[in-house]
Amino acid sequence: MSAISRDDVAHLAMLARIDLSDVELDTLSGELAVILESVARVSEVAADDVPPMSHPLPLTNVTRPDVVRPSMTAKEALACAPASEQQRFSVPRILDED
Amino acid sequence: MTSDITRASAADLADRLSRKEISAVEATQAHLDRIAAVDGSVKAFLHVDAEGALATARDVDQRRAAGEDLHVLAGVPIAVKDIATTKGLPTTAGSRILEGWIPPYDATIVTRLKAAGMPILGKTNMDEFAMGSSTEHSAFGPSHNPWDLERIPGGSGGGSSAAVASFQAPLAIGTDTGGSIRQPAAVTGTVGTKPTYGGVSRYGLIALASSLDQAGPVSRTVLDAALLHSVIGGYDPMDSTSINAPVPPVIEAARRADVKGMRIGVVKELGGEGYQQGVRTRFEEAVQLLVDAGVEVVEVSCPSFDYALAAYYLILPAEASSNLARFDAMRYGLRVLPEGVDDPSAEQVMAASRDAGFGDEVKRRIILGTYALSSGYYDAYYGSAQKVRTLISRDFAAAFEQVDVLVSPTTPTTAFKIGEKLHDPLAMYLNDIATIPANLAGIPGMSLPSGLADEDGLPTGIQILAPATKDERLYGVGAALEAALIQRWGGPLLAKAPELATTATGREARA
Repeated sequence: MSAISRDDVAHLAMLARIDLSDVELDTLSGELAVILESVARVSEVAADDVPPMSHPLPLTNVTRPDVVRPSMTAKEALACAPASEQQRFSVPRILDED
Repeated sequence: MTSDITRASAADLADRLSRKEISAVEATQAHLDRIAAVDGSVKAFLHVDAEGALATARDVDQRRAAGEDLHVLAGVPIAVKDIATTKGLPTTAGSRILEGWIPPYDATIVTRLKAAGMPILGKTNMDEFAMGSSTEHSAFGPSHNPWDLERIPGGSGGGSSAAVASFQAPLAIGTDTGGSIRQPAAVTGTVGTKPTYGGVSRYGLIALASSLDQAGPVSRTVLDAALLHSVIGGYDPMDSTSINAPVPPVIEAARRADVKGMRIGVVKELGGEGYQQGVRTRFEEAVQLLVDAGVEVVEVSCPSFDYALAAYYLILPAEASSNLARFDAMRYGLRVLPEGVDDPSAEQVMAASRDAGFGDEVKRRIILGTYALSSGYYDAYYGSAQKVRTLISRDFAAAFEQVDVLVSPTTPTTAFKIGEKLHDPLAMYLNDIATIPANLAGIPGMSLPSGLADEDGLPTGIQILAPATKDERLYGVGAALEAALIQRWGGPLLAKAPELATTATGREARA
């Protein structure tokens, strides 16, 4: 495991879609280095023969009957939208210009 | 009379309501008046819904007058943590990104509170998206501990614990991902239960870490917690992790309060060094009271618990970074346009909105989670953390072969001062060291007051842990210990809390 650099944090912020400022990148890379050093000890006891656990009480094949039931109206769904148009969510452009 | 109502337990209020000694409107108004009088300094609530609560109360009174058979808690008011969606009431999860959001639906637990006829007083403050142990990470400012207003009321559910501790509500809803119900209970002298994972529906709760989150009751007595647990618990087809079984017999267990012949384990790894002297002393005295009540106490070792905090701070950020991806500025929540960009793309708007809408701790954990899940690091971090989870679960299984329940101090220290740990994330994380193992293993846990620390006069908590789906054991042991402690103190611990200065608002001001 390697230390986390400022460039790493900038890359992660891009992946996480958070537009961090320069000051935030500086602070975060320092803080994350300390936190990572502390949490890295999980690998000390994670032997090959220990199965991973994803869920405390795993249930499998949880299904329900596929029946028609009431749902939100378009008006309700759009009530708190930042912008809407013609009963739809209005969003910024999704493609690059070129 | 009004103060009498707000000091009463939920069980007592329910009795008086059913005997028509008081009306639901009186019970609700008394609490609204109390909120108006003290919440200016406690700041437990982000939103108060006086009209809605009184409307529910009036409805309950009419139905009772008509002879309708009502739920036992009908007319008993409640505060709801702002992480649960409430149709028509603002829900922010303590975040700027959801400021002003009015959910179009109710969380299942809210539906159940409404079905029981419980007036919802309002929404309580919390650390942003439940990330924190102090409410200092709330975008709307911290809540204050009624025992000392300069101190934290715990977190993330510090609004709920402060509301109940300052008699603004007899009951509240909390959620617990790593201790967010139990730690606030411990530092405010109140009771809080994290049920077995899957025992209470997560539908409509704004998700932090889906494999750890669990909602539960916040109250001043063990019986009250059991009553609320029974209202909100039970199978919900809207949550695929909901356990399809009846709610454990928690009310019966709380009423019986029988511990004779039980075996209780003191967890060696949760105590001793690093725990404040007053916390340890009160814990040891509480254990002795259980011995006096006929319990056999043994020490048990859970060596993998030493790795619980590390595993938690990988699993939680990983799940949170994924869950919080939904805040994309497209369908609801804050939308901010990046500065100096003509015709920005959806991606740029999303990044600018998340920068403006998320606080420091949320950003920290999202970045950490993104890192832990990224290729090349996944096995070393997230994969290893999941293995630690297995080891912790095995430690619990081995311990519960020897004993019926486990006990430990709930928190290493009493309430710290607001601002004291804000800039040291690791120090903040340590508050949850004793509560996290239960979340990782999915087992139920309760915190109840064990007394006041000699060195600072602040509340200390004792934690009880039981095997999965055996939630009733928490209530049996908790109620027995509570009775012994109250006898020793000569009354409930909260009777010793300082009187809060009140502002003449509410009914008196209007009169």
